[in-house]
Amino acid sequence: MPWKGPFDALLARYPKDASRLIDIVRDVQAALGHVPPKAVAAIAAKLGLSTVDVEGVVTFYHFFSAAPAGTYAVYLNTNLVSEMKGAAEVAAAFEKEAGCAFGMTTSDGRIGLYKTSCIGMNDQEPSALINGIVFTKLTKKKVKEIVAAMKAGRDLRTLARPYGDGANRSNPVRSMVRNNIRKKGPVLFAPFSSGTAVKKAAALSPEEVIAEVKKANLLGRGGAGFPTGLKWDFCRRETRTPRYVVCNADEGEPGTFKDRVILTELPHLLFEGMAVAGYAIGAAEGVLYLRSEYAYLRAHLEKVLATLRAKKVLGRSIAGKRGFSFDITIKVGAGAYVCGEESALLESAEGKRGEPRDRPPFPVQFGYNGLPTTVNNVETLCAAARILERGSMWFRSLGTPKSTGTKLLSVSGDCKRPGVYEVEFGLAVQRLLEMAGGMDAQAVQVGGPSGQCIPRGQFDRRIAFEDLATGGSFIVIGPQRDLFDVVRNFMDFFIEESCGWCVPCRAGNPLLKRKLEKIVGGKGTARDLAEIEAWGKVIRNTSRCGLGQTSPNPILTTIQNFRELYEAMIDRSAEFISEFDLGQAVQAATSITGQTLPESHHE
Amino acid sequence: MNDTSVKIRFTVDGKECFGKPGQTILEAARENGVYIPSLCRYEGFVPAGSCRICTVRVGGRYMSACTQPLTEGLAVENKVPDLEDMRKALIEMLFVEGNHLCPSCEKSGNCELQALAYRYQMLVPRFPYQFPVRRVEPAGTKILLEHNRCIKCLRCVRGVKSRDGRNVFGPLHRSTDKKIAVDRALATKLPDDQALKAMERCPVGSILKKEVGFAVPIGRRKYDKRPIGSDVEGPKD
Repeated sequence: MPWKGPFDALLARYPKDASRLIDIVRDVQAALGHVPPKAVAAIAAKLGLSTVDVEGVVTFYHFFSAAPAGTYAVYLNTNLVSEMKGAAEVAAAFEKEAGCAFGMTTSDGRIGLYKTSCIGMNDQEPSALINGIVFTKLTKKKVKEIVAAMKAGRDLRTLARPYGDGANRSNPVRSMVRNNIRKKGPVLFAPFSSGTAVKKAAALSPEEVIAEVKKANLLGRGGAGFPTGLKWDFCRRETRTPRYVVCNADEGEPGTFKDRVILTELPHLLFEGMAVAGYAIGAAEGVLYLRSEYAYLRAHLEKVLATLRAKKVLGRSIAGKRGFSFDITIKVGAGAYVCGEESALLESAEGKRGEPRDRPPFPVQFGYNGLPTTVNNVETLCAAARILERGSMWFRSLGTPKSTGTKLLSVSGDCKRPGVYEVEFGLAVQRLLEMAGGMDAQAVQVGGPSGQCIPRGQFDRRIAFEDLATGGSFIVIGPQRDLFDVVRNFMDFFIEESCGWCVPCRAGNPLLKRKLEKIVGGKGTARDLAEIEAWGKVIRNTSRCGLGQTSPNPILTTIQNFRELYEAMIDRSAEFISEFDLGQAVQAATSITGQTLPESHHE
Repeated sequence: MNDTSVKIRFTVDGKECFGKPGQTILEAARENGVYIPSLCRYEGFVPAGSCRICTVRVGGRYMSACTQPLTEGLAVENKVPDLEDMRKALIEMLFVEGNHLCPSCEKSGNCELQALAYRYQMLVPRFPYQFPVRRVEPAGTKILLEHNRCIKCLRCVRGVKSRDGRNVFGPLHRSTDKKIAVDRALATKLPDDQALKAMERCPVGSILKKEVGFAVPIGRRKYDKRPIGSDVEGPKD
């Protein structure tokens, strides 16, 4: 429940530690519905920061606001799949029922409506977060109920029904989220008995643990595919201590939600994987960086941590081995896609704006609090625990020689059975579409907006690091969709989510989007098409982090794979077509004065 | 660790160069008389890698020379046509992103963005002007922030601190809304020489010290006679 006491008492609960800035701001936001200048000044004074440091954080994250956000702040997901499933209708219903537009609050300050990018519920859209409570499969009728309850000042938890399956219905989650586990594979979803992996690890030396993970050829599951064993090895070789294990549970790539399911159903496996990593690199502390959208799982995760401590899977002398100590704390984000980038995540975990760092130095050298850190994906750490439990030979028997093991895929969009599929690497796209019931797809977006859009002709390609590498987002695009809507939605996403640090990503993407609108609006020439590609490459090549480097992908990969769609939009005979439309530019003035422009001016 | 007697051999566009451990590609290149253009970099400040104009290519990979540590045997591509065009594109992006009206700007002639545009012979940017609506903001009693010209290089954030080491300047928001703001109380307390330094360190005319201006007339300013980079490259023959 939001805290209601005097402001000083809230601050007094925290130590004078700037790394707690995000936690403090979150409390203030929850208590007051915004972070007013008075609070900014008080927080800055308390932590020995300047007011711009505090304001910088307040204005960086989606779920913080300097202006009152409403007693109830509705964050409606408007990513591609939510739009496919009727987000526009739901948005209209919210506006009609609440009586205010998106981006604003009602005049009494009770309800605020906001749009947000993917909240990790693509298999049950349209979805929204209201004061942290997840609502899935929203309908106009449901919106009416919710808004009535908000107007009456009721607790919305009673409306978040029916409960989902599995741990979603258990205390303390009690959420309407559904797991939608469609296919269980041998690595993630096979039965696991807590304590077996740390026991196996403790019987080996840390170097042997690293060797085993290397032998298994475990590659990072976030999408980039860096060898996990090698990362651990680099980190272990750093002389400075303490070292840290940080789990990246900030899955923000639109269309991915598999970590949500792991965090709900398999947190014990994940935490044990973190303990194994800690043993391997010589770290006693782990941090789970949980995206704010999944904060509804926090109490559940804390409960599992307590259970594991009681079972001696975490804590001191794990598995009876002296010197094997490891424990985990949870840090919650505040809404920023870029924080999925590991160095931005570390900045955010330290309580700052989630802006990427320059690399090198890499996190294994200069990570959390400037100390050697291994940052691993949720799924990677789970797989690592399994490798210790069952051996590298077993792991290598799954998947392909270059991509061993299994991959969790988050399948959504125009298919009959959206959800999580655990498949062995090497599976053809076509086969996955058959399983998910999306055979009539015109295209599939593999790896989210930062990945690639592939046409039917490439459905024989395989999900593997050597072919289609993916963090797991798999969006099925049916024949009825306009691919330009897809590209637009993704470009808007990248523009919104750019941290704004570097020039190409901040200033370049709006220009790219504008050029796209020119072409799609029928005002493009062959030169425009050549330019949009060239500009996209400038952004790809010169951007500072992975977000910027992949941000032109929605345009570049569709030009590559669906060139005919762009060709059909441009006028090959024209040398130049102006983007400027006089008629449109003076429309407001002419409609006020009742005049019309002479026809000749419309050129 | 950084034994300064050790020499690191590397090349820039085929020219053999030598640097020292701990240097970045950009610093080492400068010492060898090779100019890698840069904008957000400022001698003595932690590099930020924000403008990306110093982007070079090594082994097919792009990297910012101001942040990349020098290592033995690097073969750096610098003054090659496609890289130079990317740099020009970045400069043009900065021009269309803000509102840069050089003739009326106090910084004209001392402006590094303007100087780079001259060096790259920018005539009309390839991108459409965005004409953002931005304001001029009085930031405490000593300085003005001219947001129309700000390029978010973060020099002020990195280089101007209060007496007790706190940030006077800092970024707010993100994406296209990103802007630089000040802690007004700290900005007001800045000694005059520090406020003047803040203005000098700003590569464009975004930070202005109140009550001074045009102390050096246009025509006698830093880049009026010699182009940016000539201090590194030496006089042209």
